[in-house]
Order: sequence, then C-alpha cells, then structure tokens
Amino acid sequence: MSVLAKTLGFSLGLTLLFTLVTYLLPQIKGEAPVDKKVDLGSLTMESFIVLGDEIFHNKGTCTLCHQPAPLGRAPDIAGEDMVALANKHLADERYQGDAKNAEEYIRESLIHPGKYVVAGWGKKGSNDTESPMPGVDKPPIQLTPVEIDAVIAWLQAKDGGEVTVPLPAVEAAAEAASTATTGDSGKAPAPAATAEEALAKYACASCHAMDSNDALVGPGLVDIGSRLSKEQLRQSIVDPNAVVAEGFPPAMPLDFASRMTVSELEMIVNYLAEKK
Amino acid sequence: MKQTEFIRRLDVSRLTAMLFPLLVLLVFGLVDAAQADVGMGNAQERITPIGEVRLQGQPPVEIAAKPAAIQEQEVELRAAPRPSRADYPDIGVSSRAIVWVLGQMHLFFGALVLAVPLFVLLIELVGVYTRDDRYDDMAHEFMKISLIGFSITAIFGGSLALALFLLYPDLMAYLMHVFGSQWLVYAGLFFFESFFLYVYYYGWNALRYGNLKWVHLTLGLLLNASGLTIMVMANSWATFMMAPSGVNEVGAVVGNIWEVMKGPLWNPINLHRFIANIAFGGAVVGAYAAFKFLSAKDPVKRAHYDWMGYTSNFIAILAFLPLPFAGYWLMAEIYAYSQQMGITAMGGILAWLFIVQAVLIGTILLAGNFYLWSGMSRTDGSERYKGLIKVIALVLVVCFLIWVTPHTLILSASEISLLGGSHHHILGPLGIMPAKNIAVNLMLIATFLSFQLYRRSDKVATVSWAPMGNALMIAVYIGAVVNIIFLGVYYGYFTNTVYKVGSSVAQVVTTLLVIVFGLVIDALMFKKAKVLPSHWGRIPDRAQYALFALPIAFTWLMALMGYVRSSVKTHWHVYTVMKDNSPDNFIPAIGYAGNMITLVTVLFLLCVLFMFWVANLSGSKQRKPETALAGGEA
Repeated sequence: MSVLAKTLGFSLGLTLLFTLVTYLLPQIKGEAPVDKKVDLGSLTMESFIVLGDEIFHNKGTCTLCHQPAPLGRAPDIAGEDMVALANKHLADERYQGDAKNAEEYIRESLIHPGKYVVAGWGKKGSNDTESPMPGVDKPPIQLTPVEIDAVIAWLQAKDGGEVTVPLPAVEAAAEAASTATTGDSGKAPAPAATAEEALAKYACASCHAMDSNDALVGPGLVDIGSRLSKEQLRQSIVDPNAVVAEGFPPAMPLDFASRMTVSELEMIVNYLAEKK
Repeated sequence: MKQTEFIRRLDVSRLTAMLFPLLVLLVFGLVDAAQADVGMGNAQERITPIGEVRLQGQPPVEIAAKPAAIQEQEVELRAAPRPSRADYPDIGVSSRAIVWVLGQMHLFFGALVLAVPLFVLLIELVGVYTRDDRYDDMAHEFMKISLIGFSITAIFGGSLALALFLLYPDLMAYLMHVFGSQWLVYAGLFFFESFFLYVYYYGWNALRYGNLKWVHLTLGLLLNASGLTIMVMANSWATFMMAPSGVNEVGAVVGNIWEVMKGPLWNPINLHRFIANIAFGGAVVGAYAAFKFLSAKDPVKRAHYDWMGYTSNFIAILAFLPLPFAGYWLMAEIYAYSQQMGITAMGGILAWLFIVQAVLIGTILLAGNFYLWSGMSRTDGSERYKGLIKVIALVLVVCFLIWVTPHTLILSASEISLLGGSHHHILGPLGIMPAKNIAVNLMLIATFLSFQLYRRSDKVATVSWAPMGNALMIAVYIGAVVNIIFLGVYYGYFTNTVYKVGSSVAQVVTTLLVIVFGLVIDALMFKKAKVLPSHWGRIPDRAQYALFALPIAFTWLMALMGYVRSSVKTHWHVYTVMKDNSPDNFIPAIGYAGNMITLVTVLFLLCVLFMFWVANLSGSKQRKPETALAGGEA
C-alpha cells in the first residue's frame, strides 16, 4: 500500500473516531426562547404559577447558577422556602433595599440583585457588596413584567406560601407578548393604571435610562423634572420632533399622541416632572 | 576581493529594487496624510457644488441640510438592528452551515500562515547564532510548503465575507457601522503582509549572509508584525460579538474604536489564539516531514526529514504545554464578564463536549509522548531512562481515563436502580472538575518529564553537583505531584465552589514551576555535558503516525472549541445587544457539530495535501523528451 493511502487512511480513521465520540454523548439542542401564547380568558393562578416554574427552569436560565451545593454558584432557590428566606433577609441589618414585604423583596432581588447580596455569594473580591447575577429584566435574560410576576408567584407558591402577585391584566400581557403571553387577543390594550405601568407599556426604558443621566438612544431621565416643565414634557411626548435634545437623534416614536390615553400621558408627565 | 565587493553592491541594488515599492507606498501615504493635515478638508466638502448664490448684503437662506456634526452623531447613536425572521435571506441551505464551513476553513489556514512565519523566524535566528546552514534550509523549506496557504486563506476569507454579507446583511451592516474604518485598516494590512511575505520568501537566498541576513530577519519580523496585527484586529470582531464594549444597552456606539476593540475577552483570546496557532502550525508541518520521511528511501533524506519532524513536534508540544493556562485565563474572564455565559460553556448544555475535548487533548499528549519515546532510539544514551517510560505511560493512561469520566450519565430507570442513584459512588466524584484538574496537570507534568528525558538522553552531565541536581529535580517532581493532588482533593471536595476554582490556579502555577525548574536545572547541569552521538533517521516508521495524529487532533480541537466559543452567545448575534432571529438561532446538538467538524477537518486535510503537492511541484523538473531532442537534432 502506498504511503499516501496509509497516511490518508490513518488520518480519516482518526477523524471518524472523534466523530463517533460525539454520538456517544447526549444529543441536546439549546433552543432559543420561543413565543408562547397564553389565553388570558382561561388563565388561572394555578396555570400562572406553572408558567413561572417553566420560566424559572428555561427562559430565565436561573438554574445555571441556583443549584444545590456543591454544584451551585448561587443560593439554592428551588430548595429553600423563599418567602421565609425573604422575610429573614428583610430583617437583616445589612439589608439596604426598599422592599417592605416578601413579594417586593423577591422582585427587587430579581431586578436589582446587588441591593442585597446573601453572605458568601458576592462577586469575588467584593466582600458581598456586588452580585454576579444580572438583572432579569435586562439582556440577555430580558424577562417581561408579567414573566417576573409569574416567577414570583411560583416562588411564593412552591412551598405553600400565599401568592400575593395579581394575575396579569390584558394590557400588561400585550406588552409581554414577545415570549410568554398572548398579546394578540384581538382586544385593544386597556389603559395603564399607574405611571410605572404606562412607562413599561410604552417601553420608555428601552431608549431612556430612568435612574441615571446615561445616554442611550435618548437622554437619561433621572432629573428630567429639573430640566423641562410639564408643558415641555408633554410636548416632547406628543410631538417629539418639535424640540430634539442636543446631540441626540430624532428617534422617538411619533405615534404616542394617537396611542396614549389622556390619563396615561398625564400620569407619565406628572411622574417625570417629579424626577428632580 | 573585487568580485565580493561587486556581489555586495549587486545585493544592495537588488535590495533597493525590492524595497522601492514600499518606499513609494510610504511616500504616497505621507503625502496623503499631509494633505489632510493642511486643511484640504474631507471628501464631502471637496465635492460639494455651489449651493447658493445670493446678493451681497442679503442674509443667507436657511439650508435644510443639517450640519455635518449632527448628522454624524445621528449615525453614531444608531441602535443595533432587530431583524425579524423574514429579514434573513433563505437560499434553501442552512446559512449557518455555510458560514461555519467557510469561517472555519479561513481560520485553519489563517492560523497556519500566521504561525509558520513566526517559528520560521526563530529557526532562522537559531541558524544565525549556531552558524549551522541546516537551520536556515529547514526554515526556508517551512516557508515554501506554507506559501500557497496565504492564497488559500485569502480565498476562504473572501468567500466568508461574501457569504456573511449575503446571508446576514443586518448583522454585517451593524458590525460595519460599529467598526467603521477599522475594516479599511484591516484590508490595508494585507498589502503590507503580502509585500513582506514575498520579499521575505523570494529574497531568502539573495539576503542570506552578513549584514543582509539581518535585513532579511527584519523583513521576517515585519511580516510577523503585520500578520499578528491582522489577527488581533479580527479577534476583536469575535470578542465584540461575545462581550460587546464601547456600545450602550441597545447597541448604539458610545465609545471610540479602541473602546470597541478592547473588550474584556480580547486579550485572553489574542493570547490563546497566538499560542494555539504555533502549536497548530508546528503540528501541520510535522505531518509534512513525516510524510516525506516515510516516502524517502535515501538515508540522508530520511535523516533530514526525521530532524524536521522532531523540530516540528518540539514546536507543537512546547507551544501546547502553556495552552491550558491561557484557556484558564480566558474562561476566568468569561466568568467575570458573565457568570451565565461561563456556566453555559462549562456546566450547561455545552458541558458534554468537554468529554470530546478530553479525548482530543489526551490523543495529542499520548501521540506527543509516544513520538518522544520512539525518538529516544536515535541515541544509545536513552537506555537508562527506558524504565521510567512505563511509569509515564501508566500515569498518562490513568489520568486520561479520569479526564474522560462523565459526571452525569443518561440512564434508564432500571440502570439508575442498579447503580443506586444517578451518580456512581466511585466514578461520580471522578466526573467533576477537581478530579479532572488533577488529571490534566499530572498529564502535563508527565509530558514535560518525557521531554526532559528525551533532551537528556544524548548527554552525560560533567558538573560535580550533577547527583545533587538530579536529587533536586526528583524532589521538585514529587513535591509538585503531592501539591497538585492535595489541592485538588482538599479544596475540590471539602470546601465550597469559590475555593475550588481558586485552587485550580495554584495547581496550574505548580505545573508551570516544574517546567521552569526543569529548564533551569537542565540548562545549568548540561552546560558542558559530554554529548553522545545521535543517529537521525533511526526511528521506527510507526512513530511517524504520531505526527499525523497531532495535526488531526489539533484541527478537530480547534473546530470544536470554535463551536463552543460561538455557541456561548446562545440566541444572540452580539450578546445582549443584537438578537439572532435566524432559523439557526439554536445551539446544535453535539452530534451535528461533530459532523460539521469532521467535514471541515477532511476539507482542510485535502487542501493541505494540495498545498504540499504544489510546494513539491516547484522543485520538480520534467526531462526533455528524447524523441523531441532527436527530432531537433535532425
């Protein structure tokens, strides 16, 4: 046999051997999150809790870190009574957050994990002042408010605790249509009840930093009330191109005037005017 | 004397002729830069026609166009696109598969042609210092066999770019926007690289001796400098997609190009690829030497190719030894950037493929060691170390088996009940990282011991303190092995995860210390050693197959780790700022990845064969046919 045939045969044989090893291993695909439609008409608290369980184990990617010892890189949430634990942390003198009850604590720890870091689980070298956990409402996880509520409902219910989060309203579900809820029930979205809901409904935070002056697509709004009067705020929402903030593109949607109800507009204007 | 002077002048004039185009390029570049500096303005201003004619004394009419500064800012603050599924062209074949094959082939050849000039330059330098022409000839031959690789790299690079623009237009538009004129700098560097490459290669014999040799070495240095700059620039695109920097939460550019490039993973990837390229390049040219060795009948040629194969293996294994440490740094930075991303790679869906990685690295270490042991037959002085080889082989095999032990098995209910749980009570603890860290460090130490024994086999130390030096070396090995096992067992099984990760760094440092101690002690102990004769070419044919196993395993390993690196982004084109909504936005199963990797490995193998064939073709010359000769005479 020629040298070429022997060496080529050896090389191909070795390559196929490596390929064979890959077939001996579990064949698992890592699917991207897909849209899931939930019929609000038939949504019960029980199915809402099941949805939270599913988000916790899949889209939320919580179990990457929250696992039982010694594998876990974060507290074992699934194995602990979260309501009892939340109350214990609220009573801790190290706690500096704004939550008043278990539901608020869980929500705060999902969205601002750095507000209270459980002892021993902080970033290396931070002395438990910084959390390695990303905010779940931000990329790459990007849970919607409804999905966060579902996760909280599951965390409260799994150990027999009382579920205090309400079932989602139609308009909130529409906002969350990208991943977990209906959003296309055919009904017009109901008006937001609070300024926070209205801000979430129109996704203001996608382009404006609400808690700082960081420039995203638009300017930060942390002290917008000290820079613009209510009239100017109202104008910048309904007719955003009338005055464009210096150094920013005219990228604000032009259809808020037709989409917002009067009460929503006023709630947002009043809310922003107080940010000084 | 006069003739020598004439040749020198001739060389200088040739050199001048070769450098002239470069000077022209530089002069044009300087003139262009100078024009920009003296207020000739940008292109838009120069081609602007007369916009308004007005009477003297009248106020200017408001022009609708916005000032250039505002226009520029608008462009810069553009958020990353959010393409829907329909925005991705569908050509009936998986777009990802096309880009995967083209991208991987480009990377294989890119790695090869970046690595070869690097160690060629070092070998050439060794030739200058040792005044041994064999080094110079070998370095020249390495360049010859890789020369066509530059064209193949460019062909696959061009095809990849076209495929990306066709299949992922939104992503490419965004990346073009983010990196801006850096793309032009990247393209411009190819001119420099090509210039230095061709002058370096074709000027080899014209610039071989005396001061001209230093000019040649300088050209080699510039070739490597332009090649490495190209590599780190291309790396910045990959690391930007993994860990974007210089952009805000929605992907709008808020930093300058340097801030965009120097993301948290850029330097770890730069170092990792730099070292891996050298190991990969060494392994590929080693296969060439092995093939030539097996084909040659002439003992002189066999001796030459044996030496060439040994040098290639030496380069590959030496570069390979620190590679896991560069890998540690990269993974540590990935964890620091995003714990979620780190766990996706090491403990999530992708964790299984580290079993395949273990098989591949095990193959590389076993093949490298086997080649060294076989090579000991070149000298009679190796007899004294034969007993130790069996111990090293045992350590390698046991560690290899620990490394490939999976942690979690896919079991049926009856199997679980037979096993008494989802983890075997003995094999379970061997499946987690502490056991694997012990295994991989011991394998690296064993490989270094093989290398050290090989280097010692043709020497006998003459210094008076040789027994003391040997005792010290043995103590270092024993201390290191005990320390690595203690760190792994105590911190791996009896403390929490944070200490487990920290202890792996101490293990790596221990391994590095063994290597440093070994090199220093041997350098001092064998300084004026008695050298025993080496018989190049006296090596069994089967040892050459280890030199084929190395590039196959390296190629497979590179493609496998590329699959991991790209997959940790999950369903994002650019992590956290631009989602991948294409039909291929999922992480494929390991079996599918295995098929793709085998496909690119076989394609690479065929292209490399073509490259070697063309390299040999240049040395062949057809004899003039007898009949034609006769006819001519008639």
